[in-house]
Amino acid sequence: MRIAGKGQIDRNKPVNFTFDGVSYQGFAGDTLASALLANGVVLMGRSFKYHRPRGVVTAGSEEPNALVTVGDDPNLRATTLEIYNGLDARSQNAWPSLKRDVMAVNDLISPFLGAGFYYKTFMWPKSFWESVYEPIIRRAAGLGALSGKSNADDYEKAFAFCDVLVIGAGPAGLMAALTAAEAGADVILADENPTTGGRLLSEDEVIDGQPAADWATEVTAKLAAMPNVRIMTRTTVTGAYDQGTYGALERVGLHKPTRAGTPRECFWRIAAKHSILCAGALERPIAFPNNDRPGVMMASAVRSYLHRYGVAPGQSVTVFGNNDDAHRTARDLEAAGVNVAGVIDTRTGVTFDGNAPCFSGGRITATTGRHALESITVEHAGGSRVIRTDCLAMSGGWNPTVHLTCHMNGRPEWSENIASFVPVAGAIPGMVTAGACQGSFDTAACLADGAKAAADILGASAPAIPDADNTAYHITPFWAVEGKGRKWLDFQNDVHVKDIKLAAQENFRSVEHMKRYTTQGMATDQGKSSNVAALAILADATGRGIPETGTTTFRPPYVPVSIAAMGAGAQGHGFAPERLTTSHAASIARRAPMIEAGLWYRPSYFPQPDEATWLESCNREVAMVRNAVGICDVSTLGKIDVQGPDAAAFLDFVYANTFSTLKVGKVRYGLMLREDGHVMDDGTTARLSDSHYVMTTTTAAAGNVMKHMEFVRQALRPDLDVQMISVTEQWAQFAVAGPKARDLLNTVLDTAVDNETLSYMGCGTCQIGGTPGRIFRISFSGEHAYEIAVPARYGASLFNVLNAQAEAMGGGPYGMEALNVLRIEKGFITHAEIHGRTTAFDIGMDRMISRKKDCIGQTAAARPGLIEPARPQLVGLQAVDPDDKLTGGAHLFEADATPVSLNDQGYVTSVCWSPTLGNHIGLGFLANGRARHGEVIKMVDHVRGVTTRCTVCDPVMFDPEGGRLRG
Amino acid sequence: MRITCPLCGERDRREFTYQGDALALHRPAPDAGDAAWDDYLHNRENPAGDTRDLWYHDPCGAWIAVNRNTITHAVTHTALASKVTS
Amino acid sequence: MAKLIAKTPCGDTLPKTIGNVTLSEVLIDHMWSVAPYKRREKAVATALGATLPKPNRFTTKGDMRLIWAGQGVTLVIADRLPDMTDLAAVSDQSDAWAVVAVEGEDAAEVLARLVPIDLRRATFKTGHTARTMLGHMTATITRTGANRLEVMVMRSMAGTLVHDLTRAATLFAGRG
Repeated sequence: MRIAGKGQIDRNKPVNFTFDGVSYQGFAGDTLASALLANGVVLMGRSFKYHRPRGVVTAGSEEPNALVTVGDDPNLRATTLEIYNGLDARSQNAWPSLKRDVMAVNDLISPFLGAGFYYKTFMWPKSFWESVYEPIIRRAAGLGALSGKSNADDYEKAFAFCDVLVIGAGPAGLMAALTAAEAGADVILADENPTTGGRLLSEDEVIDGQPAADWATEVTAKLAAMPNVRIMTRTTVTGAYDQGTYGALERVGLHKPTRAGTPRECFWRIAAKHSILCAGALERPIAFPNNDRPGVMMASAVRSYLHRYGVAPGQSVTVFGNNDDAHRTARDLEAAGVNVAGVIDTRTGVTFDGNAPCFSGGRITATTGRHALESITVEHAGGSRVIRTDCLAMSGGWNPTVHLTCHMNGRPEWSENIASFVPVAGAIPGMVTAGACQGSFDTAACLADGAKAAADILGASAPAIPDADNTAYHITPFWAVEGKGRKWLDFQNDVHVKDIKLAAQENFRSVEHMKRYTTQGMATDQGKSSNVAALAILADATGRGIPETGTTTFRPPYVPVSIAAMGAGAQGHGFAPERLTTSHAASIARRAPMIEAGLWYRPSYFPQPDEATWLESCNREVAMVRNAVGICDVSTLGKIDVQGPDAAAFLDFVYANTFSTLKVGKVRYGLMLREDGHVMDDGTTARLSDSHYVMTTTTAAAGNVMKHMEFVRQALRPDLDVQMISVTEQWAQFAVAGPKARDLLNTVLDTAVDNETLSYMGCGTCQIGGTPGRIFRISFSGEHAYEIAVPARYGASLFNVLNAQAEAMGGGPYGMEALNVLRIEKGFITHAEIHGRTTAFDIGMDRMISRKKDCIGQTAAARPGLIEPARPQLVGLQAVDPDDKLTGGAHLFEADATPVSLNDQGYVTSVCWSPTLGNHIGLGFLANGRARHGEVIKMVDHVRGVTTRCTVCDPVMFDPEGGRLRG
Repeated sequence: MRITCPLCGERDRREFTYQGDALALHRPAPDAGDAAWDDYLHNRENPAGDTRDLWYHDPCGAWIAVNRNTITHAVTHTALASKVTS
Repeated sequence: MAKLIAKTPCGDTLPKTIGNVTLSEVLIDHMWSVAPYKRREKAVATALGATLPKPNRFTTKGDMRLIWAGQGVTLVIADRLPDMTDLAAVSDQSDAWAVVAVEGEDAAEVLARLVPIDLRRATFKTGHTARTMLGHMTATITRTGANRLEVMVMRSMAGTLVHDLTRAATLFAGRG
């Protein structure tokens, strides 16, 4: 029911929305909860476990009951969801409808479903677990429902920086922000509401002679006009992390219809030198029998609905409390013309200064009403009375919102004054607290606190504090009414007083154990309003004090954060950077399927129209390279320029073999070890001048090798005068491989090459149509081959030129599949072989480790365990019967051995069909393998169920003399 | 978490790669013996409290020795690995 | 004889204007990394005729622009370089980078979606450069004007750069 003249909603802007398919009208400025209450709808949800009918309890993000689904987004709180035209909200956890929910049967058998029910019930028989219990539990589990679809909506994430982050824009936050800003600090003021003001918007108070909400508006306007202030509304600071990092969730588009290109939410990472927590306080309920009926809500929420939204949540309201705020609520309602049917105060000797009857020393012992509150029974000094009421405002006192101060292991302290927990100073480095979140509950104290906190941080003088209400807060703790009936604590997870007592009785006395045993505080609201009462009851049940009992641990996030917001943009092309070669478009145009190599995309093969399978294409491409000429983009290999007077000495130190002896104009294969003696990477390095080398790394290890070399240079050998920089991206580099490679090149190069000017393992510069490039005579295929490099801007063009020439010679481009076959036939290793556990000895290269100099890995590689013959050594493998396959990852056994791990002699690392040899071949590691060439062994792939007899051979299975290379 | 790169200033942890104990800065001589090499390669303290480890600032390529506390997560000091002598 | 044709890193994906931010490719003809050898910094500066920028800064001298690019390394954008053999490690970087200018009133706001450093005008001023990240890519960000920032990533990632900037600018504009 709306009340004329009240609230900050815009009555000139009606808003039409639906809830469970029924159309309603509210106003701009309404939340779904306030608009539904205005329309007389009090039943908004069902509880999780017992499916009890529930109404809205709060007016903020701590709401446990009124959770709704909009579109595919479940668990949105009706108390923070702003309505807009066309909003279609649905209730949750009820079927077929909110009013007739069949699962409410759970409530009838609730005596059997108490705390620990799962642990006691699903123990036996054991065989029931998978077939019966788990499916039932899974069906019942989960709050709200996932759509099962991928999220098509847009989300953002962003970074922000400031000197002072003010968390919460109530009286303390506004004063803190104003003080900090006027002192010249760079300020971010974040508040989870659509407008600043905090509690001032919900109370009938006066600051400096004007309505408190107007004062808030005025201060906000002043802040907004300052260039050093950034006001972030609809933004909840969700977590405090190391070194002044804060997470914050902004609701960007949740109050508007979904539209592509408008973010729904934005997850902020804010780095702040200081922060001032002005998060306020949350009112706590009182446990009394059936205190969960729709219409029972927090007194502060009733005032919020009244003052902020101009809504009376009932026609005849009763008030129940243990502090003066209960009276304030009754006063405000009466002033607004709402009938107050009774003020029930648990304290004795209390009177109410309004019209309603006051029941001092009163208790509520029963309530009625299935889908809405109808009556309450009050026991008081004068007897017992049933009062007809459709809304009960309860106030058990206030809990400071200490959550963020606990995110780095801080433990709040119990304060007898306010009967609640207050934060401990210094709990978060760089954070101070001010206002209600540290227990200052009157407005005057909040204003003063905020100003002082900011002034202290910045060494500024505190400004004048505006006049405001300074009524002291008086509370006599009261947690639960004794007597029959379930007295609910955690509304969302259906935990009541008896559950807590049962936990204590069954010896789950630690607050953390009680939490897990009962699920108290484990729902999406994290027990914001219920935890303190629950542990007060635990303290009582275990005969300890509350300080001794302590609190559970508050962890981030303060409010639920959608995964979509945290992962914003990390889908599709945004998942990871895509590194594309200059030949990418041409490869796609040739319909080459791309495969990922690290972040790079490389062509698998180039299908011809008549080829049905990848293997046909691969076989053709292999034959093409062996018989004519093939072109392959090898730009993805890491290329590092190493230069300086000590470049040679540096390379001698990072490589196992020697590079100082390499002649200018020559290339050498290099083997790089880790310090523990295992192989890190390999590649070729060319000497371009006395002081200039260009090293290549494998595609996958390029980043790690660069990092490693920087470590060696900066940390281990700062004495060497050497510089290095990645030039991977500068050069587009193509392999030209095959018997006709030189013929092809000489059609392209401005100056022809021959065996004299460019012999095997030679390098130099070249020109193509006037464009300067580099040329290396190296081969990863075993054929007469070159790699030719040009500045990347010419890469696409050169690829086309080379392919056109190759195709005229019976060749063409080849992809990764063919490249792999070509190198396996030649026994060239990749990271399939140098997988991190192989040594130079294992791959037959231990003699490359120079003893004339120290190098990374030299000492460790000489350890006895790394050079003993029994170690698996690199071998070639060929199927005895060409119809039998070799499979990667399969294990090797002696021909007649039982294939069990005891008899394991090695494993297969690389396999292929070799069209050149007409057989399935592979590379692998076999114990003492180099001495076993010619032996027939057994390969067993237990996973794929393959057994193949194969012959052990030298890894170099094709052209072992290397005549084709030198050609 | 934020770490100060001595060259670039204070940066978010996402810009850094963790490497391990700063002990790696003190490579033994080739003939230092098995025990020294075993300690260098394999043996690490696991302190509750102050520790010094190596981080790589990927964007600028600097190796950094970071003093920090494993209990409080405080970062107390950072220095370029090339400037660390002890 | 073959004549090779040059392509730019971003090709025809740019320029574009989204909201009040314009993305356009910055073409670089010649750029080198210059890393002076030990005790050669002054000689390099003399040879270049310009002092080398301090960390996190870039400077201009005539047509030459010098950008700090990590420990001991300066990127020099110029038509030509003097011979600095024995003075510095010089590597051609003309083709190694994709450079995109993000220009407009909200340029820094758009980049705040992607870059984990404070790029606001008051803190990241004209003449400042930073080696940092853009999304998952390492990037160099340089402020060349009050409303203009240049982003540099590895050439092969030009497509991802355009994708990420486009998305960030679109969603920022979509806030209305």
